[in-house]
Order: sequence, then C-alpha cells, then structure tokens
Amino acid sequence: MSEVRLEDIIKPENKVYSKTDLLTDTVMHYCPGCGHGTAHRIVAEVIEELGAQNNTVGIAPVGCSVLAYNYFNIDVQQAAHGRAPALATAVKRLMPDRLVFTYQGDGDLAAIGTGETIHACNRGENITIIFINNGIYGMTGGQMAPTTLPNMKSSTSPFGRDVEMMGNPLKITELLAQLPGTAYVTRQAVHTPAHVRRTKKAIRKAFDLQAKGAGTTFVEIVSNCNSGWKMTPVDANKWMEENMFPYYPLGDIKIPAE
Amino acid sequence: MKELRLMKGNEAIAEAAIRIGVDGYFGYPITPQSEVLEHLMAEKPWEKTGMVVLQAESEVASINMVYGGAACGKKVMTTSSSPGFSLMQEGMSYIAGAELPCVVANVVRGGPGLGTIQPSQADYFQATKGGGHGDYKLITLAPSTVQEMYDFVGLSFELAFKYRNPAIILSDGLIGQMMEKVYLTEYKERWSDEYINKTFPWATTGRAADRGNSIITSLQLQADKQEEVNLRLQKKYREIEDNEVRYELINCEDADYYFIAYGSSARISQKAMELAAEEGIKVGLIRPITLWPFPTKIIRELGQKSKGVLSVEMSAGQMVEDVRLAIEGKVKVEHFGRFGGVIHSPAEILNALKTKIIGG
Ligand SMILES: Cc1ncc(C[n+]2csc(CCOP(=O)(O)OP(=O)(O)O)c2C)c(N)n1
Ligand code: SF4
Repeated sequence: MSEVRLEDIIKPENKVYSKTDLLTDTVMHYCPGCGHGTAHRIVAEVIEELGAQNNTVGIAPVGCSVLAYNYFNIDVQQAAHGRAPALATAVKRLMPDRLVFTYQGDGDLAAIGTGETIHACNRGENITIIFINNGIYGMTGGQMAPTTLPNMKSSTSPFGRDVEMMGNPLKITELLAQLPGTAYVTRQAVHTPAHVRRTKKAIRKAFDLQAKGAGTTFVEIVSNCNSGWKMTPVDANKWMEENMFPYYPLGDIKIPAE
Repeated sequence: MKELRLMKGNEAIAEAAIRIGVDGYFGYPITPQSEVLEHLMAEKPWEKTGMVVLQAESEVASINMVYGGAACGKKVMTTSSSPGFSLMQEGMSYIAGAELPCVVANVVRGGPGLGTIQPSQADYFQATKGGGHGDYKLITLAPSTVQEMYDFVGLSFELAFKYRNPAIILSDGLIGQMMEKVYLTEYKERWSDEYINKTFPWATTGRAADRGNSIITSLQLQADKQEEVNLRLQKKYREIEDNEVRYELINCEDADYYFIAYGSSARISQKAMELAAEEGIKVGLIRPITLWPFPTKIIRELGQKSKGVLSVEMSAGQMVEDVRLAIEGKVKVEHFGRFGGVIHSPAEILNALKTKIIGG
C-alpha cells in the first residue's frame, strides 16, 4: 500500500467544514460537551450567511456565556446580570437598522432578568433573544435555576427541587409566546446534528423576521450543563432528552402568520 | 434674540436634552421629577430631532438602557429621584467600570426608604462617593437655579464624553419643581453615525468589519488586570480633580465666616448671608458647583483663614465631612440642616452660625 501523505488529504476539494470567520480563534472556556459552544457557532454562522458582520451588535449576559464577546467577531456589549434586553432595547431603538441580539442563560433571563425579558417582549422590541436553558446556574457552580426540574438536584436543592418549598419550574418561553409583542417563539436543541440544523434554521428565521421589523423573536435552546448536572456529556444529553424535553417540549410555540 | 421661557427645573432638563441633541432618554416616573418624562413625551422630540424617548419598566431597566445606548457612543440619559437612583446603582457601577459617558439627574427627595416627596440633599454621599460597588467616581454637578438645570445638561454631556465617565446632575425637589425664567439655546443636530464611528472607535456601533470588533465590558477576571483597570480609572479621576473643579464665591472678599452650601441650600444661605450683614456679621458663601470633584482647595485657602465655617445642607450632615477634610481641623467646622424633606429658613441658618460657630 502506498503511503498516504497529509498533503494529499488536506486539499480544498476535500474540505467538508470550516470555522466561520465570525468566530474568533480564542479557545472557548466552556466545558467539553457543553451546548454553549455549539450555540455560539450557529449564531456566528447565521450572521456570516446574512453578511451582517458590519451591521450587528450582540449583548452578552452574566452567566457561563459572559465571555461570549471573546468568541464573536462582532461588536458585543456585556450586560449586568439579567439586563441584556434593556441594553438591546436601547441599541435597537438608537440604531434601528442594526441586527441586535441578546444571548442569555436561564438564571439571567428567567430569574433576575424576568422583568426586562417580559417588558422587552411585551413592547415588541425588534430584537432577537437567544435563551440557553440548561436548568441550572452553570457559572456559579450548579445552583437551582428557575427552570430546574421538579426533584432535580442542584447545589441549592441538594435533595432535589421540592416544588412545595421552592416553587415550580418556570416555562417562561410559553409565557412570552402569550404576549402580543413576540413575533416568533421557538424551542430547539443543539445536541445532535439534526437539532443543530433545526436550530440554525430557527435563528435564521428569527434574524430574518427582525430585519422585517416583525417584533421580538425568541429562540430557546434546551441545553446540557454536564458539569452542573454532574454527568458525563453523553449521559447529560441522554438525561436531557429523557427529562428536560418532556417538560420543555421542542418545536415552534408561536409563528407569525405568513 | 435669545428665547426666554418660564419653566420648572424638571422641564428645563427635558428641554435642554432635546435642544442639545441628546439621542435617547429612558426613564421611569417618580415624584418630584416626573415632569422630565412628561415634558419629553409632550414635546415629541422624535419628530423634531429624532431623539428616542422611552418609559422603561423600572429604574433598573432605564439605567441599563442608558448603558446600552452609551456603549453605542450615543448621548443618552435618564433622570430619577432618590429611591429610583438607589435602584440604578449597579448599572452606574457597570457604566463607570466600562468607562462610558452618560448623564443621570437625581432630583433628590427625603429618605430613607420611601421617605417623602419633599426636597432633600441627603443623597450627597451616594452621588459623590460612587454609590454602587467598587472604586469609582461620578462627575457631580449641583445646579442652584432652573437656568443651571438647563445649562448643566449640556455641560454634563461635555464632561461625560471628555472623560468617558458618567456625570450626575444632583438637584432636589425644590429646584426640580420651582419655576424660573430660562434662556433657551438653539436646536443642535444630533451626532451622525459617521461622526460617532470616526470619533469613538470604542463604541459598539455594529461596524466590526470596518475597524475590528469593539467590546464594551467591565469584566476582568484576572485580579492583576482588574487592578490595572482600577489604576487607569484612578489616574482619570485625579485628572478630573485637577481640571474640573467648579464653584462660585459670593461676598468672600473680607468675610470672617463662610457658609458652604450647594443647590437649594446655597440660595437659602445667600439670604441668610444678607440677614447676617444687617447684623454686621461678615459671612461669605462658597457654593460648590461640582460636588465631585469637590472644591477642596478654595475651601481650604479661604476657610482656614476664617473664624469658622458652617456647612449647610438639607441632610443630617454629609458634605460637612468633605468640608472638614478641606479645613484640616484648622478652624471650627459645623453642619447645619433640616432634613427628611424640611427646608431650612435663612433665619435658622443664621441662628446656627451664631450658636454653633460664633458662640460655640
Ligand atoms: C446581581 C448579580 N447577582 C448574582 C450574580 C452571580 N451570578 C453570576 S452568573 C449567575 C447565574 C448564571 O446562570 P444562568 O443564567 O443560568 O447561566 P449559565 O451559567 O447556566 O449559562 C449568578 C447567580 C451576579 N453576577 N450579579
Ligand atoms: S458549567 Fe455548565 S453551562 Fe457552564 S460551560 Fe460548563 S457545562 Fe457549560
């Protein structure tokens, strides 16, 4: 058998994937197997496809994705915990032709930032909110989130979430879909190639609707936090399918009339 | 000819914002400053200059809207009164940490808690010492007339952009609510996108392809890097202290005693000064216009050579601490002020001078 040389393999015609320039070369700090990195890539790819690098402002939250600004090759503002929709509101109103999106975790969006989230959506701010729901506070070490499932363990619900004592998980996405200001509300995932493709379509649709001035577009991504859940990435994804998806069913919740 | 109008202090702030070309105002109603938002909504500046005006869902939201707008290099502002200003403190700290320009007016009312809607000057510490978490400073201007309410909007933006630092207009319910004549300035155009892109390369205007991406953040996880940020901030603050102190001296030529007072208290102290003169007591008034940077030098120069200094403020005694630092124990320094929403009279101030300083 003749020797296979690297140069014979690495050729433009053999290339099946390349990283979008809209992501920087900075090594991401996310835990291996975490959904944040995949979600970042999808957002970046959609911005690239839209040719919108020179027309986009992103808002990073406080949470594991606080450093998102190091990874996106676009202008990014880093908001206070929960306040990203307030920043995005101002940015969009002051520069209406820019593509403006927030990227937020469940603690950021559905606990401390509930007010900003609901009111931005209710005003129909023409922004896109990308919501990573991993059912836990990743950044601060696995505390209970508003979306933590009943009986799910976290560092502040070590015996499982007792809904009598700690309240029920908040289906904020369904709630936001009720508001007249939201144009498109969908729930997706990024743990398999098929889900990645669907999520990419959803984000593309959200950005397209924003460009048309349709109102608030909201893409929830149910994701794992394998570190916080104390599971391997593979187990975490399996657990997510078996436990998170029944409570947070995937699919479109609100779509605009054509 | 200059346009002259009779208006409330709060309306003057709003009118100035429109006329100097502010890009965005975000606010939440609270007495005694709601006329700012009311005036803006009635004037519809979006039809005149393109200015954005939005009633936010809370002061937390409004200050964070200001943060987002300021990060775009836009002239943005909010106004509130004491409880609302308290809610803004986390946002103020972020804006100071991210080194962004913006203007916030606090039309102070009596506290603590829900307190009263009557005027007070008890938010001095909060405005001049930072107010939120971390080592930061806010440029703080104290208007004492409705004209100054108007003029200080433009001045605050000038200073805020010069130093990339938030600027505060610290007034009170008296100045906010009272009506006086105001000379209005001509309408100025808002800055164009081109101007902002050219002048403020740090601004997140969404033009990453043209100049590389801009990032607005106050985060530095590494302690030594965060210390560097702090050192840079402190250097900037020293520069502001060196260059931006503003004050007014009234009857200070051969005074035996001094009143130190700002805003409403300066007006009342001026009257007290006249009463004192009638009794042959020579009192001068040093009116700080910038509360931070504080006019330490002039108070030191004049005050140390005097027979005593009375710091007058509608509070239990906040500014007096800075006055004492200036005087360095050389002469007697006392505080006088009614508080909790009560406004002191000129006679009360004169009486305090007599009992606490002259006779004390
Ligand atoms: C005002 C304030 N309160 C609390 C915190 C601490 N804090 C940082 S991140 C976080 C929770 C983040 O969880 P989530 O939004 O779900 O994002 P994840 O890390 O899971 O991606 C908390 C409570 C903070 N930074 N600021
Ligand atoms: S802690 Fe959780 S959310 Fe954060 S990077 Fe790790 S897996 Fe992802």
